[in-house]
Amino acid sequence: MDFITGLTQYMIENRSELLALTIEHIVMVAYGMALALLVGIPLGIIAARYQKLAPIIISATNILQLIPSLAMLAILTLYMGLGFQTMVIGLFFYSLMPIVRNTYVGIKEVDDSVIEAGRGSGMTPLQLLGKIQFPLSIPFLMAGLRVASVIAVAVACLGPYIGAEALGKEIISGISLQSDVKIYAGAIPATLLALIADFMLGKLETRSKQRMA
Amino acid sequence: MIELKGINKIYDDGFQALKDIDLTFEEGKINVLIGPSGCGKTTTMKLLNRLTDYTDGDILIDDQNMKQINPFELRRQMGYVIQNIGLFPHMSIFDNVATVPKLLKWNKHKIRERVDELLNMVNLDPETYRNRYPAELSGGQQQRIGVIRALAAEPSTILMDEPFSALDPISREQLQDELTKLQQEINKTIIFVTHDMDEAIKIADQIILMKDGEIVQKGAPQEILANPANEFVTEFIGEDRLENVLPSIQDMIQSDYPSISLNTTVEQSIQLLSRYQISDIPVVDENGAFNGIVNLFDLLNNKRTDLKTFIHDTLPTITENMDSHRLMQIFHEHKSTVYPIQTKEGNLAGVVERKQLVHLLHQFYMNKSGDSEWSS
Repeated sequence: MDFITGLTQYMIENRSELLALTIEHIVMVAYGMALALLVGIPLGIIAARYQKLAPIIISATNILQLIPSLAMLAILTLYMGLGFQTMVIGLFFYSLMPIVRNTYVGIKEVDDSVIEAGRGSGMTPLQLLGKIQFPLSIPFLMAGLRVASVIAVAVACLGPYIGAEALGKEIISGISLQSDVKIYAGAIPATLLALIADFMLGKLETRSKQRMA
Repeated sequence: MIELKGINKIYDDGFQALKDIDLTFEEGKINVLIGPSGCGKTTTMKLLNRLTDYTDGDILIDDQNMKQINPFELRRQMGYVIQNIGLFPHMSIFDNVATVPKLLKWNKHKIRERVDELLNMVNLDPETYRNRYPAELSGGQQQRIGVIRALAAEPSTILMDEPFSALDPISREQLQDELTKLQQEINKTIIFVTHDMDEAIKIADQIILMKDGEIVQKGAPQEILANPANEFVTEFIGEDRLENVLPSIQDMIQSDYPSISLNTTVEQSIQLLSRYQISDIPVVDENGAFNGIVNLFDLLNNKRTDLKTFIHDTLPTITENMDSHRLMQIFHEHKSTVYPIQTKEGNLAGVVERKQLVHLLHQFYMNKSGDSEWSS
């Protein structure tokens, strides 16, 4: 009981600091995701269109995903130094695989008869992509985005090791100070962020496929 | 008009899908391509909107070589209905139907009017259905949308690839009926692929029967049913169906029916007619050319002596190779005890008697209401 009052008291006293860290965390994740979407969607489309490139693109992003996060971030600092940007690039690399793969699968999954109807109506390949294939792959993309964002929220907690301040700052200083309160003060908002991202993107995903059933 | 001239299609592996196809699709008519699977019917159809390509030969569309037309433009000018319907699931019914008009950049007002008109045409209330999504419609309703999507930009040609085969039997019948009814209003050149002979007979103006990449026989449904070109055709049509078909005129003709020549006297004619106990007799000249019919009662009622004045020729000309359905129509419209049949050269080939036709019709409908109707 004492612990909970202690934690509450700490969180209230440091609310502006915690809020700033949370916002920092969100911004970092958002940048990483935005970059991943910007690069990942075209890569997914290219993979779907040029079958020969697909295994190369998919396995390259897969390898990025498989590098342990701490190792990846450490390697990135060698080239980019410490700081916010390094973290954003790290998050971008981590989110790329689910987005590329789901865009690819989403486009591949579009029913052949729908494609045939589109071609038969006289759509150019670009119109087919823009009007039919891409819109129909959005539910898959949403699922990818959801997975990616949950991973990104987690990876972003390693920020302080590479000089990117976010909720990880509380957790890591909590470890060195052996302060339960500080660890929880960082862990709780970080977990909540992951939960909220998962929930909201889940909602979006269902909505995007609602009427297509 | 669409003409295929010496079309061959050979795949990379050497398989020849189409062998020297020469074919003209009848304009404003329903042309049905039919045959067992792998016969090349779908391939032939897909050549027309360049979804597949051919190896050599020429396809002329209104005398223009098809290869000179931009394929995207070409497809926008041809409606296309596919077997699996292929509505765009993420688009409303309105957007689905408006697909091609939008590609052609029609103005919004015109598109809206056209979509409403088309929905009304297939008895789907625009207010109710315009904003629905394909998944909210039944299979039959979905394919109605599929059909009007193809009609939207008023193409002169519509390609239909087994459009009704995925539907339940009741919707299928309904859509076939609607299509034939619709066709009377719109008069498009329809190229319809099916493997279902019942469907072909029901809707086709011209049937093109294919096998192994070649055309085996083409013609109006009744022509094919009456004169199957070979055993394959007979087999494909099915014995059941052949039983239900009217025999050809050649099979009905009575070539030993009496006739008289022009220089027969009235007296002799009356004697002849009463001997055979018939009331009408065809008259031929010395070369055997048909001149008309004389009627016993006309001869008896008048005292004139020249037979020529009694000859009447009110019946439309019926020739040996005419469709027997046309004969039935003449039979229905013109009363006569005999229907003289002429050869191509205008000679008398024989007659078909009215009582014979009545007997035939009776048999025909006995057959129709018998087992064969339900067994298929």
